[in-house]
Amino acid sequence: MNPDGITAAVGESRPRVEGRLKVTGSAHYVADLPMPNLAHGWMVTATVSHGRIRDIDATDALAMPGVLGVLDHRNARRLNPDVAHHFGPDRSLPMLQHEVIEYAGRPIALVVAETPEQARAAAAALRVTYDAEPHDIEFSMNHPAVRPASTLFGPEADTGDLEAELAASAVVVDEVYHTPEESHSALEPHVATAWWEDGHLHALDSNQGPFGISQVMASLFLIDPERVHIRAEHVGGGFGAKTVCGAQIILAAMAAEHFQRPVRVALTRRQVFLATGSRPPTEQRVRIGADADGRLRAVHHHAAFALSPLAEYIEWCTEQARTLYAAPAIRTELSAVPLNLLPPCSMRGPGAAPGSFAFESAVDEVAERLQIDPLQLRLLNQPVVSPVSGRPFSTRRLVQCFQEGARRFGWAQRDHRPRVRREGNLLVGTGVAAVAFIAGVFPSAATITAEADGTFSVRVGATDIGTGARTALIAVAADALGVGTERIHLHIGDSDIGPAAGAGGSRGTTSCAFAIIETAKALREKLVDPARPVTASVDTTPLINWQPDEERYTYSAVFAEVTVDPATGEVRVRRLLGMFAVGRVINPLLARSQLIGGMIGGLSMALHEESVRDPITGRLVTADFAGYHISAHADVPNVEADFVVDYEPQDPSGFNGLGEIGNAGTAAAIANAVWHATGTRHRTLPISLGRVIEPAAAHDHPGAVSVA
Amino acid sequence: MRAFAYQRTTQIRDALNLVAQHDGARFLAGGTNIVDLMKAGVESPARLVDIRSLALGEIAEAPDGGLVLGATVTNSSVAADAQVRLRYPALSQAILAGASGQLRNMATVGGNLLQRTRCAYFSDPSEACNKRVPGSGCSAINGAHHNHAILDWTSHCVATHPSDMAVPLTAFDAVVRYETLHGPGEIPLAEFYLPVGDRPDRETALPDGALITAVVLPAAAVAGRSRYRKVRERASYAFATVSVAAALDVQHGLVRDVRIALGGVASRPWRARLAESALCGGPATAERISVAAEVEIAAAKPLRDNAYKVTLARNLIEAVLTELAADSGEERNG
Amino acid sequence: MSDDTRSEIALRVNDETFRLAVDNRRTLLDALREDLNLTGAKKGCDHGQCGACTVLVDGQRVVSCLTLAVAADGAAVTTIEGLADDGELRPIQEAFIRLDGFQCGFCTPGQICSAVGMLAEHAAGWPSAVTRDDSPQRAQELTEEEVRERMSGNLCRCSAYPSIVRAILEASAREAVAG
Repeated sequence: MNPDGITAAVGESRPRVEGRLKVTGSAHYVADLPMPNLAHGWMVTATVSHGRIRDIDATDALAMPGVLGVLDHRNARRLNPDVAHHFGPDRSLPMLQHEVIEYAGRPIALVVAETPEQARAAAAALRVTYDAEPHDIEFSMNHPAVRPASTLFGPEADTGDLEAELAASAVVVDEVYHTPEESHSALEPHVATAWWEDGHLHALDSNQGPFGISQVMASLFLIDPERVHIRAEHVGGGFGAKTVCGAQIILAAMAAEHFQRPVRVALTRRQVFLATGSRPPTEQRVRIGADADGRLRAVHHHAAFALSPLAEYIEWCTEQARTLYAAPAIRTELSAVPLNLLPPCSMRGPGAAPGSFAFESAVDEVAERLQIDPLQLRLLNQPVVSPVSGRPFSTRRLVQCFQEGARRFGWAQRDHRPRVRREGNLLVGTGVAAVAFIAGVFPSAATITAEADGTFSVRVGATDIGTGARTALIAVAADALGVGTERIHLHIGDSDIGPAAGAGGSRGTTSCAFAIIETAKALREKLVDPARPVTASVDTTPLINWQPDEERYTYSAVFAEVTVDPATGEVRVRRLLGMFAVGRVINPLLARSQLIGGMIGGLSMALHEESVRDPITGRLVTADFAGYHISAHADVPNVEADFVVDYEPQDPSGFNGLGEIGNAGTAAAIANAVWHATGTRHRTLPISLGRVIEPAAAHDHPGAVSVA
Repeated sequence: MRAFAYQRTTQIRDALNLVAQHDGARFLAGGTNIVDLMKAGVESPARLVDIRSLALGEIAEAPDGGLVLGATVTNSSVAADAQVRLRYPALSQAILAGASGQLRNMATVGGNLLQRTRCAYFSDPSEACNKRVPGSGCSAINGAHHNHAILDWTSHCVATHPSDMAVPLTAFDAVVRYETLHGPGEIPLAEFYLPVGDRPDRETALPDGALITAVVLPAAAVAGRSRYRKVRERASYAFATVSVAAALDVQHGLVRDVRIALGGVASRPWRARLAESALCGGPATAERISVAAEVEIAAAKPLRDNAYKVTLARNLIEAVLTELAADSGEERNG
Repeated sequence: MSDDTRSEIALRVNDETFRLAVDNRRTLLDALREDLNLTGAKKGCDHGQCGACTVLVDGQRVVSCLTLAVAADGAAVTTIEGLADDGELRPIQEAFIRLDGFQCGFCTPGQICSAVGMLAEHAAGWPSAVTRDDSPQRAQELTEEEVRERMSGNLCRCSAYPSIVRAILEASAREAVAG
């Protein structure tokens, strides 16, 4: 209870505050908001992977009914070529500036018309010709263009004498793992409506952080950031794809300026696949050396990922190797391979999801070769302090996750030999994997006004893309102000509110909660004066300790049970359990939903998802939901996610983010379960039926084991 | 999408006339495929003639004891029909294994038969495709063809037929009935779909301007003991990788009648006549079932990246027949 | 554009009749959203591959993105906006909120409309791909497995699937009790 006798809201399961809007169709997403005098832009994308536009013949298109015009590199306004984004300079953002094409799907024109039907028909009538040039999409960690990845996230690890420890090991696993290009596939396609007023750019945009996007747009259009106003009240999912400044808002803003009226650019599903970021393909070599009793001596994780030469990017796959287990020698390496591919962007559990698949598969392979319980192996190698930096952990409840998960899952009954459980025609197996996901906060600002009527207006530039941020931050504000949640009016999703972490990096809610709590403190000092309204604002930038003494992570242990029909290759996940140590949980109902959703995303990654490119043209072939499969209802069993008691000492309220950790460990747990079921180790995702199916001779004979 | 005219009519004759009299006119029923292809720019009809108000929406008994499925009966209604479920269970199962509840409520019998391949190169007008633009080439044959044909393809086209419903209909020797301005006609489903040859754009033997009015299911005792099994890249709501419709009638230990058809393996539903012959007349033992599957699949020619489908087709024929044989064994013993 | 590419149509939407002049290319989804400002049904893929646009047409669930508005002339359409009766939520809507059957909420109108149609289909005795259809006359129990199969045409990338299934089963049980 707080001083007002109000039950603390933090820690309680409460339904989403916008729930009623969402179940009645009254939550308005960007494309739902009407706009007078609206024109519709239809994006046109390049059909070659590399080359130059020879000509765009718009004669027919311009003659079609309702067509206002066509923007392309010949008539579009100039944009700042030196604009930068999260990872550094980003030459993919200035669109329609020149004739050079560096990836298939690159936006090359925008057809603007009175109605979407007219715009679509006219876009189909554009005649685009290219001078194609040789392209390269052949990703490999041995590609001649491979280079070290950016070290923006810090240096890679190199402790101990790796080769000596490997040489001294009783067993060495040395394997290579592959994950494919993947697509975020948020259900809401990227869409923006933009208009200009008195030199100010206004936009409704489907994004994960309006403030960040407003800064990039200001830089791109070379205008004062104060003149850019971007709102994103309800956003239909993002998963990272809407952290970047998207083609929809750039093109809508250009067209709105050119045609002097509001323009909406709604990407088609196909265009979302072709032209918004993807998770890049990875190739990862993992070497692990261990003693006969399972104690690790050496860990070497070398991961490579693809990117575009247009923009820097980091798929930080090597995080697990440096922190999950203790070993005298640990080396990580991260490489980037520039190719003619869509520029990647962070996708849920960036780095950690593909990285943990490789690393936690390799750890399982150590247990396999030593014929010991893979869970015991993991427990045996728990570090006391960070094995690379030597710094302590602020909190580390991974062992509790393992133990509680094992108890609930019935791990003790597991026969650790592969391919021994059968149910009729099906093979059954179980697997486990762990994840450490880095935690922290980003600078954010909040403003709180104590209104005359006793309510509080809380303004923070958060976005709720389905994370539950809106509901969580109201609870945080209520507790911080010592009032009930009904007295809090929260305003989010507006760049005018001020700097705020976007919904990304598992830090949106924790960062904004930190700002709200600090602002509430400042406000309470002012509340001694009875005058109302009274306002306080705090920007957390100076309050953040960027060099804490302790390492800050969240943890999970994921357990999976699968069935495999070896005659058809069909893999089904039957049980999925995740135990999580994610600090103090603000709202268990919503947190559980987010973790379960993440785990199902991991299931989908493990079994279904793969962007396939034509081997000759480099173009994406799987540019719809019939070609790019994400898990549907029938693929998903009852999924359980729960928390071990945890508290983050680095946060004033004990919070940590949990948006991505659910996703990260699941693919490895499932891959390990498939090995346990079949005896075959799958080192390439997805574990699709073509990779799993066995010839009749193999599945007819129990005990037959093959290696993929 | 090109602008088009739209008309709805209640008389078959009017519908036929409207299509005959207007260049680029097409029939519209559920629209689940053609509207999608119009959005993609693959189909550009100048006029749509909506046939859902024609009197073709009933399932009726045929004089020979079979069933007549009206052309505009929805897929959902066929799948839920008590007589279909009792007498042709694999047909109900196949429809239910396809698409989604929403799409099955829209899609019709006739439209299902005439749906186009889901080859990604076919549905993208910026790609070469002989089925869409004859003579333009086949992007799939050396492209991404993980889920393309393993039987009966030619260098002109390696696409598969996407229908689930047509697979058991093929196994059950269904007959397509149609009307033209010159009178009615019938085509057995086995002859309805044309082999790929060098003109993959010519998909059916239906005369130009003809309107499918019904699909006739002949009476067949064996069909009552049938099942459909579909394997795909997720548990539901995906096109087939390989599917099998099979029916098995075992009397006195000997196979009296057997029907097998495959989906997802060729440009048309694939009647597995070699397997049927190998099995008919003898006992339905594991060995003979295995041989039957092998015999059928011996003709398969996988592409660079889809050899797994040969194994899958073989295993699936074996699995479904084994289940049917076990069922008939139980019936005999019970 | 010549006249025969446009049509005058009447749509009965949520018990109210609207007369519209539409471009024949306009889908029912776009007519609802752009002409009637009923934006609950969502455009997730525009290809019938996600289910976010699901509405009920003459009582049956369909994807409105592949339904031409002109082809729906004369039909009765129920959208998510028409489900709540005088502002009182249906049990299924209430269960979605309480059990957290959504996250971003974008697929939610489609999930709920689909569930309403699906429950009617089940009540009518329609089987699904997982129904053990040994005796077509017998009523089938609505299990988790049945709900998952029957709802598979509605994708949810946030993957609220387990809560959605729970909400549907609970609402179904309560409506059955309520008779």
